[in-house]
Amino acid sequence: MTEFDAATAAVEAALAAGARYADARVMLRSDESMSARNGAVTALNRSDDAGLGVRALVGSSWGYFAVPDPGGAAARDAGRTAAEIARASASVPGPAIDLVPAPAEVASWASPCEEDPLSVPLSEKGDLMTSVTADLHRAGADLGEAQYHIWDHRTWFVSSEGHRIDQHIRKCGGGMWATTVGEHETQRRSYPCFRGQYGTAGWEQIRGLDLPAHTARIADEAKALLRAPACPAGETTVIIGSEQMMLQIHESVGHAIELDRILGWEAAMAGTSWLDLAGLGDLRYGSELMNIVIDPTLPGGLGSFGYDDEGTRAQRRYAVKNGIWVGVLAGRDSAAVAGLDYGGSVRADGWSKMPMVRMTNVGFEPGPHTLDEMLDATDDGVYMENNRSWSIDDKRLNFQFGCEIAWEVKNGRRGRMLRNPTYTGIGPTFWRSMDMLGSETTTWGTPNCGKGQPGQIGHTGHPAAPARFQNVRVGVSG
Amino acid sequence: MSAIVEQVLSLVPAGVEAEVTVVEHASAVTRFANSYIHQNVADTGTRVTLRLHAAGRTASGSTTTVDAAGLARLVERLTATAALLPPDALWAGVAPAGSLDPAARDGFASVDPATAAATPAERAAVVGAFVESAKGLLAAGYVRTSTATATFGNTAGQSLRGGYTEASLDGVARAASTDGGPADGVARATSRRLADLDGGLLGARAAAKAQATIGGVDLPPDDYEVVLEPQAVGDLLSGLSFYVFNGRAFAERRSFARPGEAQFDGALTLVDDALAADTYGVPFDAEGTPKRRTELVRDGVTQGVPHDRRTAREVGAESTGHSNGFGDTFGPMGTHLAITPAGGPAATEATGPVVDSDVAALVAGVRRGLLVTDFWYTRVLDPRSAVITGLTRNGVWLIEDGEVTAPVRNLRFTQSYPAALAPGRVLGIGAHAHALVERYSGAAHRAPALRLASWHFTGGASG
Repeated sequence: MTEFDAATAAVEAALAAGARYADARVMLRSDESMSARNGAVTALNRSDDAGLGVRALVGSSWGYFAVPDPGGAAARDAGRTAAEIARASASVPGPAIDLVPAPAEVASWASPCEEDPLSVPLSEKGDLMTSVTADLHRAGADLGEAQYHIWDHRTWFVSSEGHRIDQHIRKCGGGMWATTVGEHETQRRSYPCFRGQYGTAGWEQIRGLDLPAHTARIADEAKALLRAPACPAGETTVIIGSEQMMLQIHESVGHAIELDRILGWEAAMAGTSWLDLAGLGDLRYGSELMNIVIDPTLPGGLGSFGYDDEGTRAQRRYAVKNGIWVGVLAGRDSAAVAGLDYGGSVRADGWSKMPMVRMTNVGFEPGPHTLDEMLDATDDGVYMENNRSWSIDDKRLNFQFGCEIAWEVKNGRRGRMLRNPTYTGIGPTFWRSMDMLGSETTTWGTPNCGKGQPGQIGHTGHPAAPARFQNVRVGVSG
Repeated sequence: MSAIVEQVLSLVPAGVEAEVTVVEHASAVTRFANSYIHQNVADTGTRVTLRLHAAGRTASGSTTTVDAAGLARLVERLTATAALLPPDALWAGVAPAGSLDPAARDGFASVDPATAAATPAERAAVVGAFVESAKGLLAAGYVRTSTATATFGNTAGQSLRGGYTEASLDGVARAASTDGGPADGVARATSRRLADLDGGLLGARAAAKAQATIGGVDLPPDDYEVVLEPQAVGDLLSGLSFYVFNGRAFAERRSFARPGEAQFDGALTLVDDALAADTYGVPFDAEGTPKRRTELVRDGVTQGVPHDRRTAREVGAESTGHSNGFGDTFGPMGTHLAITPAGGPAATEATGPVVDSDVAALVAGVRRGLLVTDFWYTRVLDPRSAVITGLTRNGVWLIEDGEVTAPVRNLRFTQSYPAALAPGRVLGIGAHAHALVERYSGAAHRAPALRLASWHFTGGASG
C-alpha cells in the first residue's frame, strides 16, 4: 500500500462513516539536531517517525484522529474514528461550517535544496559545532554554545474533493551564542539571530552563515556588555535592527492577522486580536512606509511550501498595504465564516496534530533607506539589535521586547554600548510612528512559534529590515 | 520489561552502554470557542527513545516505527552516528539497577482506568456543562484526557515501568466589557480522574469572574502589594524552575540559587515531588533514576537544585531524578514543584472575583493592593536574577481595606521572581495548594495563593 493509498483509505472510511468532507495526510519525518558547549557535543538527536492524520467534517463539526505508521486497516479505523469524534462535537453545536473553494490539485512539490543536510557527514557537523564553541570559550565567553537543526519531511495529502498532493520539504539552520556570567547578571550575544537562522534550504544555509568568522566579535561584545552602562529609561527615537524587527513583525503583526484569533477560536489560550474584521480594508495599521506581505512562495523562507495542509496552493498577498490593513492569514473554514474568498495559511505540526491557521512568511517589502541613513538622520536615540526577551498581551497590542545590545545614537553617530536595552509600546501607535525603513530585507526563520491546544510548534519566515520609530519608551527594568 | 525494550537492548553491540524508553500514549482534546466545540482531536502512538554511549561518544534518537526492522534501524543508525562524533567527556554513565522508592513502588498509582478509556462523548458532556453554566456568556477552552505508560531499561540492568492518567479543564467565560473588548474570567482544574472535573462548577466560577471584570479602570504603573491566585503563583514556580532551580544553570553559575543561604522568606518551603498523592506522572526520569521528594527551599533557606546524572557529576552531587529527556539543552528542573500551604479548614467557594475562601482570607489583610488571577506571556530579561516581564490576564482587581473594590485593566510587570519572595516579602500563604493545569511546559505544579509585599508593575493597558 502506498502512502496515497493509505490516505485515500482513511478519507473513504470517514465518508462511509458519515463525513461530508474529509482529508488525510501521511507523513514521514526525519529530524536531526546537534548542540555543543565549550568545545564538547552536548546532544545529538536523530528521530524518525511516520503517521497519518485524518480530519472529518460531520454536519458542522470537525473531528481529527491520528495514528503512527499506518497500514490499510489502521488508516480505515482512523477515518472512522475521526468521524465518530466529529459526531461527538455535535453535542455542543455551533453555526454551519462551509469551506471556501480550493481547486482539486494533483501535484508534486519539493523545496529547493542544494546540499542534502542529512547527508553531510556527522563528523564534519560535529567539528564545526565543537570548534566554534571552543573558539567562543577561548575568546572569553563563559559559555560558548552552538546548535543546528535539520527537518526532512515528506507529506502525501488526499481530500474527498479530489486533492492528491505530495510534498518534500527540507529545512535547515542553526546559530551560536556567547554568554558571560557577571556577579549579578548574565549577558549574551547571538549570531546571526537570537535563535539562529533557518530556512527551507539544505546545508548551504549553515555554510552561508560562516560561523567561525563571527566568534571573536560576539564573545568580545558579550564581555563588554557586563561593563556597559544600562540603557537609560525614557522616551526616544529607536532604530531596530533587522533580526529584532523580524520578531516585532511576528508578534505584533503576524499573530494579530490570524483569522482564527480574530474570530475568537483561540480565545482561551493563545488569545484573540485587537483587529476587528469591520476594519479590514480601512484600518490604518502603520505609517505609509509599512507594507507587509504574506508570501509562502518566497524561495528559502522557513514558512515556504507549495501547498498548505488543506491543499490550497501557496499564494502571495498583502496583509498591510501602505499602512492600511488589507489581508489576513486564513483557512478554508475560517475564511467562509468571515466572508472572505481565500484560505491558504493552514498548517499542522506533523501528522498527529490538526491543521490550524498559522503564519507562513510574513514580513516587510523593502523601504527606501539604509541603516547608515537612519543613523545619520538621528540626533538623539538608541539603536538596538537582537532579541533577548519578548512578551505581548493576548490581543497582540501591548508589547515589551528586550534586546541583547544597544548603542547610543548622538548627532548622527553610533556612540557608546548600552546593556539591557528594552522597549515597550502599543502595536498600532508604534507602527504608525515608523518614519524610516531599510531597503535590504533578510528573511529570518522562526523555528518555534507556539500556538493551539494541544500545543503545536510552527515554522515561520519573516522578511525584515532595520527601521526607525519615534517616541518609543525604552529602558524598562525590574 | 516490555518486549520492545528487551528487543532494542538485545541489538545493542557488546560494550556499549544504552538506555531505552518506550512511551505508549493516547491523548484527546475537545476544544470549544464561542460556546461550541470547534476542534476535537485525538492521537495515539508509541515512541521508542534510545541513548547509547560507545567508545566515549554519545548519541540519542527515537522512532515511532516499532516493528523489528524499525528498531534495528534505530540501533544501527545511532551506533554509526556515535562513532562519527567527538568524545563526550561529560558522560556520567547509565543509572545503576535498583528499585523504585517505596512511595513509588506502584508505578501505576496515578492511573485511573476510566479516564484512560474516556470517550469523546464524555469529554463533550463536561464541555456542555461548562458552557451551560456560563450564564449566557461566550465560553472557550478545552477538556483534555491523556494517558501514558513508560517502560525503561538499560544495559546496567535497570528496569522500570510506570504510567499515569490526566484530565484537565481550562476555560474562560467572556463578558462584553464597557470598552468594547471582552472581559474574561477563567476557571481551571486538573486531576488523575475525568470524573473529578465539575464542568458546571467551573463554568459558573469563570462566569462570576468575567462579570466582575466589566468596567475595568486603568491604574498607573507602580509597586503594588498583591494577592496572587494559585494560577498566577504557578507562573512563579515555572520561572523559578527554569532559571533558578535548574542543575545546568547552577553548574554554570547562572542560577540565583546558593544552597545554605536564607535567600527567601522564612514562610516559604518549596519542594519538587512527583510522587505526591495529588499529582500525576511517571515515577522515574528519562535516565531511569527513580523520582523522589526533593527539598529546594526549607523555611526560606535554599537547600539545593534538581540534577540529572550529568549535572550531578559536574558539581559532585547525586542525581535527583530530574533528567528531562531533552539532552543537555535546557537542564534538569522540577516538573512537580509545590509551595507548602499554610493549612487550615477546607476551602469553600466564594462569590464574585475571589476564587475561594483561601484567597478571601488573604485579601482581607490587604490595605491597598491588587488581586491577580493569572499571568501571561512571561519572559526572562535576566536569567541570573530571574527578572521576568509579562502581563496580567483573566482578571485584576483593586483591593482597598480588605475588600475587592474595582476591576482593573491588565497591567505589564517587570519583576525579579526571587526578589518577590525574598525575606520579609511573603505576607501570607493560602491554606491549600491547588493542582495546576499543565498548559505548555509539561509541568504539574501545585500552589497555594500568595500575598506578597510588592510587585513591580511597569505599564498599563495603554502602554
